[in-house]
Amino acid sequence: MMPVASLEWFLMIAAFLFACGIYTILTRKNAVSVLMGVELVLNSANINLVAFARFVKPAASLGPQSVPIPMESGAAAVIYGAPWASGHVFAAFVIILAAAEAAVALGIILGIYRSMGGVDVDEVSALKG
Amino acid sequence: MDLLLFVRTHLSFLKSWPDWIVYVLVVFVFAFAILNTLVAPLTGISTYIERRLAGRVQYRWGPNRVGFRSLLASLPITRWMARLADKQPFKFLGSKIPGGLLQFAADGLKLFMKEDIVPTGADKMMFKLSPYIVLAGSFAAFAVFPVSHGCSATNLNIGIFYVIAISSLVVPGILMAGWGSANKWSLFGGMRSAAQIVSYEIPVGIALLTTVMLAGTMNMNEIVTAQRSGYGIESAGALGWFAFRYGGLMLIPFLIYFIGGCAEVNRTPFDLPEAESELVSGYHTEYSGFRWSFFFMAEYSNMFAVGAIATTMFLGGPLPPYPVQWTEALFAGMNPNLALILRFTEGFAWFFAKSYFFVLVMIHMRWTLPRYRVDQLMGLCYKVLIPIALTWFVIMCGVKMFRMETTLPRATAAVEAHR
Amino acid sequence: MILTLAAAGSSWADPAFWVFLAFAAMTVGSAVLVAATRNIVYSAYALLLTFFGVAGLYVFLDADFIAAAQVLVYIGGILVLILFGVMLTNRIHDIHLSNETTHPVTGAIIAGAVFLVLAYVALRTDWELDPRPAVPTSQEIGKAFMGKYLLAFEAASVLLLAALIGAAYLARRGEKE
Repeated sequence: MMPVASLEWFLMIAAFLFACGIYTILTRKNAVSVLMGVELVLNSANINLVAFARFVKPAASLGPQSVPIPMESGAAAVIYGAPWASGHVFAAFVIILAAAEAAVALGIILGIYRSMGGVDVDEVSALKG
Repeated sequence: MDLLLFVRTHLSFLKSWPDWIVYVLVVFVFAFAILNTLVAPLTGISTYIERRLAGRVQYRWGPNRVGFRSLLASLPITRWMARLADKQPFKFLGSKIPGGLLQFAADGLKLFMKEDIVPTGADKMMFKLSPYIVLAGSFAAFAVFPVSHGCSATNLNIGIFYVIAISSLVVPGILMAGWGSANKWSLFGGMRSAAQIVSYEIPVGIALLTTVMLAGTMNMNEIVTAQRSGYGIESAGALGWFAFRYGGLMLIPFLIYFIGGCAEVNRTPFDLPEAESELVSGYHTEYSGFRWSFFFMAEYSNMFAVGAIATTMFLGGPLPPYPVQWTEALFAGMNPNLALILRFTEGFAWFFAKSYFFVLVMIHMRWTLPRYRVDQLMGLCYKVLIPIALTWFVIMCGVKMFRMETTLPRATAAVEAHR
Repeated sequence: MILTLAAAGSSWADPAFWVFLAFAAMTVGSAVLVAATRNIVYSAYALLLTFFGVAGLYVFLDADFIAAAQVLVYIGGILVLILFGVMLTNRIHDIHLSNETTHPVTGAIIAGAVFLVLAYVALRTDWELDPRPAVPTSQEIGKAFMGKYLLAFEAASVLLLAALIGAAYLARRGEKE
């Protein structure tokens, strides 16, 4: 059974989130707000990845589900998982990277706040604190 | 079994109804049932138990006025009988039935009648919204608990992961309460609480991951099934529970989970967010009346949730400590419907007995142990619990990899013969 | 464009579709709030709704594992970090924190153009659809992580460790001076 809404719905929502994220990044002065925009963009990319994994036919290059490896004692197989799982794995990677990115970005923002007394991205132009 | 499927198969008149009506019905009935059979009495009875225990620990009376004994004593007939016999006729009852049993009902009534105050400087929307978010976060976890043999509201295949994920909704809710109150004690309490919950999620997650890894599934019903056998015995009773498997190695993740769980629900000795001597009462300083009782209910249902997760993941959930086969054999000869009900009741009773045991332990801890300092709290999490949890996870990976599960010799021989 | 979307094979009679619409509206509406609200804390809490809505969309895409991971990491982790960031970089006793914007018109034009391009691509491309039943995803994701993407998985774990140490260092550096 396919999902209740078609692929286009998800793509349109993702495109809208992407636009909102871009707008937030471009117009906000507060560094934390810019970070929020980045998170919106990452989320929209994730929606696309998962939606494609659900709807679109996996490319042939994603390969078979398992590859047999000849070994001395009989044959073993490297299990690759279903081809569509690649989309989910990429989404999981995006989530992992987003967590790392948010932690480091918050550390940097706190450092900026401490040395410059504010988090306005327009005023942070000195290379040496 | 999925609740929807259960309802569909056992209530025949629903069969012709469309899916979504049944689903909405099930959701509402289930939410209503949860709220009224679990959470409200659970919170009420827990508070009663907590106060009685606190009274005992502190060598004073707990609540002893509003309740059955005083009710009995105030009836005209008992007064008459007492006057007739010129002595207390219900002395023996009085020693059995504690007074103050209706204290929680009186408390609830008081909370209903209290004025709902929103501070002048507060952000009204945030202030009003946050109790709902906190409560929703702690209730949503109840959807996957296997309350009886193979029976949970919904049989999610990511069960325990869902519980951990949806519980994290509490953190933004607490921050919202702290910030919306426009009170520095609330804000500090909220931020402390959030930092504490987020930090303790790590050892708790790793400890639960150990069980998930051993069971090979995240589905809570299947985790329970995986605990039916152990040490090579088909139906092992208490020996099959993950806490006692692998020669007691799993007791360490179990303890880590329980300590982390206590910290996650902000109970003493980890109740820094509500440290009265420093922070008045943390993020709910400004709340009164029914909004405050929402936080209160969330705390008690969270305590129960911690107990229920510990029960499911480490103590076999609805499985009895004796081999399941005993009662299964007992019920086998009966009328199938009666057997179904009996089996359900058996699982339900064990699940709640075990979960309530943890609630009791938490209450005891609150009145026994002094409070940690903030740096000690974080040090305990990052310097003690997380390293031990990670190391133990790797050890258990090795145990699982080399199939080092200790088996009783006789059972091993039987298994070998079976092969 | 809207007509294409309406005709894109969705059943309006199905109540599940209306639930989907509610989640979609929540996601889109709160994303607008994130971009437009004047108060930065409101922005952060609008982001909470967006994250939750996106998790709901994942459920509609039968991606149970990713949905739970979204709630756990984004709401339980990143959103809390952002809230801490907001509260630590402002004078927090003032509850009306401003969130200034610059060049809203230019930003809106660029964002609108991006949206139009993406929407055009999404609606005009002839996607090669693959109708298949929904299956539980966590097992297949686990196989893919431990098989094909093992190296990337290990690299990600090293990256997370590095980010952890780096963030702790960055945040603590100022305190010793």
